[in-house]
Amino acid sequence: MKRIAGAAVMLSAGILAMALVVSMFELPPPAVRLPQMVQEKLPQSGVEHPVTAVLLNFRGYDTLLEVAVLLLALLGMLAGERPRPAAPDRAPTDPVLPGLTRFLVPLMGLTAVYLLWAGAHRPGGAFQAAAVLAAAAVLLHLTDLLPAWTSLRLRLRTGLAGGLLVFITVAAWLLGEGRLLQYPVAHAGSLILFIEVALTISLGLILAGLFLFLPDDDERRR
Amino acid sequence: MGILFDLLLAFALLWSAWRAIALTDPASAVVQFIVFGLLMALAWARLRAPDIALAEAAIGAGLTGALLLDGLGTLRTGQRQRDEQHGSRP
Repeated sequence: MKRIAGAAVMLSAGILAMALVVSMFELPPPAVRLPQMVQEKLPQSGVEHPVTAVLLNFRGYDTLLEVAVLLLALLGMLAGERPRPAAPDRAPTDPVLPGLTRFLVPLMGLTAVYLLWAGAHRPGGAFQAAAVLAAAAVLLHLTDLLPAWTSLRLRLRTGLAGGLLVFITVAAWLLGEGRLLQYPVAHAGSLILFIEVALTISLGLILAGLFLFLPDDDERRR
Repeated sequence: MGILFDLLLAFALLWSAWRAIALTDPASAVVQFIVFGLLMALAWARLRAPDIALAEAAIGAGLTGALLLDGLGTLRTGQRQRDEQHGSRP
């Protein structure tokens, strides 16, 4: 019985996959040539890389909401404080891991800044830079060089919400000038860089927060 | 040469995806998931989408993998403590 049900599921999944492949080949050519339009408008965007131009300029609204979603995800996680059993005492770590971490983390910081800067004209940008920063924080935490975040101090709150606030402030300011997130062509480049710097810091903190916002092990043992 | 690599990559992707859901040991499944994420990043790079490849490698494989491993550790510690409380027989 179970085998028949399994076979039926496999068969219907296979049929669905085939149907998807067939329909993909039968799709009509897109009526709007988006890549071409992006290329045409690229000089007005303030950056030279089409992906960054779409993310931060042409579809800046989407990115704004995306950042809000990430912040909400972290807030949701913080709202439901999970009971977390105290971690077992770690065996003394060998010196290689902390040593390598101390060597790698500054390089990761440098890589993040490079990715942020490179976003203007080649693959890179705020999200990638933030992910590298967050990875550095996780690495530091895993080697006991950075304790878990146990409380939300004002500085941390500002850092977490800052990117979104800067983005919204710029959007609101531009609303007075014309439309939401329609950058003036002359200042588009610097505005995008400004937003991206704020986003990198905030997103880095948010992504790291998903890992680091845990009740301190020592706190729980007391 | 390129097509051979792509075919191999596609096969490896499907295989690692299947292993990640079919393995019954959670630890191996998580490792397989990380492998899948890295292969996926490679696939995006082959599709000439380096932006997505960077994001996939950093977030899909790196951070998600670390979070899954952390969750796994928490689950195990919880299990051990429950066992101790209930005085499980060896």
